[in-house]
Amino acid sequence: MGLLSLFSKSFSHGVHPAHHKGQTEDLAIQRVPFGKRYVMPLGQHIGAPAIAVVSKGQSVRRGELIAKPGGFISTALHSPVTGTVTEITPQRTLDGALKEAIVIEADPYSTQRLETTPPTSWEKLSLETFIKVIQQAGIVGMGGAAFPSHVKYSIPEGVQIDDLLVNGAECEPFLTNDHRLMVERPQAVIEGTEILRQKLGAKRACIGIEQNKPEAIEALREQLAQQPERPITLSALEVKYPQGAEKMLVKSVYGKEIPAGQLPRDIGVAVNNVGTIVAIADLFETGSPLIERVVTVSGPGVDQPANLLVPLGTSVRDVLRFSGALNDKTREIIMGGPMMGFPIASLDVPILKGSSGILAFTETETARPPEYTCIRCGRCLEACPYFLNPSRLALLSRNRRYEETTGYHVMDCVECGACSYSCPSNIPIAQLIRTAKDNLRQHPVQDAA
Amino acid sequence: MIKRDPDLLLQSAPLLKQKLSIPTAMRDVLLALLPALLAGIWYFGLSALLVVVVTILGAMMTEWAFTPKHQRSMALSDGSALLTGVLLGMTLPPALPLWMAWIGGAVAIGLGKTLWGGLGNNLFNPAIVGRAFLLGTFPIAMTTWHVAAGPDQFFNLYSSTLALPFMQVPPIPQGTLSASGGGIHLVDGMSAATPLGLMKFEQTGTPIFSLMFGNTAGSLGETSGLLLILGGLYLLVRRALEWRIPLAIFLSAGVFTLLLQQIDPLRFPDIYFTLFSGGMLLGAIYMATDPVTSPVTPKGAWIFGIGIGLLIVLIRNFGGLPEGVLYAILLMNAATPLINRYTQPRIFGRSVGRSAK
Ligand code: SF4
Ligand code: SF4
Repeated sequence: MGLLSLFSKSFSHGVHPAHHKGQTEDLAIQRVPFGKRYVMPLGQHIGAPAIAVVSKGQSVRRGELIAKPGGFISTALHSPVTGTVTEITPQRTLDGALKEAIVIEADPYSTQRLETTPPTSWEKLSLETFIKVIQQAGIVGMGGAAFPSHVKYSIPEGVQIDDLLVNGAECEPFLTNDHRLMVERPQAVIEGTEILRQKLGAKRACIGIEQNKPEAIEALREQLAQQPERPITLSALEVKYPQGAEKMLVKSVYGKEIPAGQLPRDIGVAVNNVGTIVAIADLFETGSPLIERVVTVSGPGVDQPANLLVPLGTSVRDVLRFSGALNDKTREIIMGGPMMGFPIASLDVPILKGSSGILAFTETETARPPEYTCIRCGRCLEACPYFLNPSRLALLSRNRRYEETTGYHVMDCVECGACSYSCPSNIPIAQLIRTAKDNLRQHPVQDAA
Repeated sequence: MIKRDPDLLLQSAPLLKQKLSIPTAMRDVLLALLPALLAGIWYFGLSALLVVVVTILGAMMTEWAFTPKHQRSMALSDGSALLTGVLLGMTLPPALPLWMAWIGGAVAIGLGKTLWGGLGNNLFNPAIVGRAFLLGTFPIAMTTWHVAAGPDQFFNLYSSTLALPFMQVPPIPQGTLSASGGGIHLVDGMSAATPLGLMKFEQTGTPIFSLMFGNTAGSLGETSGLLLILGGLYLLVRRALEWRIPLAIFLSAGVFTLLLQQIDPLRFPDIYFTLFSGGMLLGAIYMATDPVTSPVTPKGAWIFGIGIGLLIVLIRNFGGLPEGVLYAILLMNAATPLINRYTQPRIFGRSVGRSAK
């Protein structure tokens, strides 16, 4: 791994899982036909849940506002279909918990045409209005965390953003949704990047892409060649997990380490996912708020993998039905990527703004091989991109000595799973660390060193 | 047709895993050792084979006896006891009485591993503990070396091999030393000094060719340098070797030797001799790299290896013993927790990682 990084931009440590993207990387994005029932949980982003502005029985048009932001760190929701609100009740979401959601039944006779008008041209907007427009459009980070984008763009007094970094690394194996967006809609990617760059006042923009996506790099390069006046560059990155983690990406592209506990903006960088960038481009082109997203359906448990454009709120069951259902070998379904995604217990949960993939896994991947004791081989240390000592953290967590994990900076862990991946003793390190972090959040330690 | 939903598991991510696991890692090391071991048996005959087999038995039986019942199959299947047995066996003199070999294996696991809480918790490399114990308890038997007899005398058993516990080695009538015909013969092996002994006490070197191909006197698995190196390369290719440790040992021992040679080229051995004689290769490539007893951090691995290299040369040249690999590794094993503590990695985005409590 040392040799490779001489030739391409990268960060230290990390792992090289097989990327399994071949199943879907050449499949064009297909639109899923409209179904019947759509569930829009009010809290599908990080921060305060949105507040419903529709009531039961009300009819809504596709793209109409159905919930307004519940605070600054919160964002709006829009109806993914034209239809009727049938209930506003708690519904099962990804983690199995019941969460307040707006349920919409699609009107079977509607054409589902999007009748929105684009906001005034973006050049004229001030940064404040731009931020409001983004919040009203419900745009969040589409890489998985679903952090409201406008919060990122609200730069405090005195901080100057010099660089806009677009995250097209897509380092999670199996996922190809960002890849397809870059291949099929390079113009939207460049347009969105330029909009955001100008609004944030950044001098330059850079799109970071892992080298295993030559098609995407080529498509963007051609697009850029037509608009040479734009200060946007491409950066080919080493294929390594977790290349797409925000801090790793910044390290790879700019060679700068973001200090622990700080954000990219503290060193003058704003990082945005490709999906988010395209959502911004769409907003200013057609006025469409965030009501659908690209989802990769893949994994050995599905017979017909696909990249699908799915209206938010569609149930996983409907998406899978469209893509040829699960095969009999499926044992587990992961929402998101195989390294950091979350397993779901039921097929009736909805696709949310942060759902990048539906991956079905079989016996082979889910079988937990016997666990051995830690032999202190140091492989997890060499895998951890944050240079933590995962073996130590896992041991402390297993012995329930959660407070002591703070001395080893447990909170710096981003739960990327590289440590578990590399452990020959099959210790579920990341899971143990997650347990420690959850416990610490519930019972914070006084001494914050 | 209504199809039932599958009963979905909720295994926490990551679901992907690299292939390497403890048993495969152990198997890799065993495979890497095999050629050198076979060469040893080829040169030293049936006795060598028996010594290794009995050592392994001692190790595995002890592992079995001391492991709680429900963990037994797992503890034995991970291959660590087998590996300890093989490693220890390879450091023993081929004519060691079998009962001593058995005790060595048992002590290696009992004192070297189980006592500490099993795999992963021991401070010292079990195989080296076993060897240190034997060396302290049976100093004569452990330092009686024989010339490598060669394959044509494969079925000649050294008389000492079958000695009964705590008995004198029965004298063998003259004239049984024979290489002809089949059948097993008891022989009084011709005792000989090891290359290290020759160097220490008679200041005589051994040609590098002999060191590489193993036809010298010595421990049964240590004499064939070439095969040990090949095994190491195999491990390197399989990425199952912490390469920093052997490299650091070779470098530090090599540089130290060169320095000594500047002082007195006659008294001190040359660099080839330092690197290819005795337990150097086996120790550096296969024993010092035991993950459990070496530091976890890359920086720590360098310190650990350099320490071992220096200690080996020091002990060999200035200590009372001809061979220093064993004690050098033991000493650095003891220093490992300390090294770990002071080489905690610097955490991403922090200037200095706070050292562990
Ligand atoms: S999950 Fe945490 S501890 Fe493990 S490799 Fe990732 S950042 Fe490091
Ligand atoms: S990778 Fe696993 S066995 Fe190796 S040090 Fe880390 S926790 Fe221990």
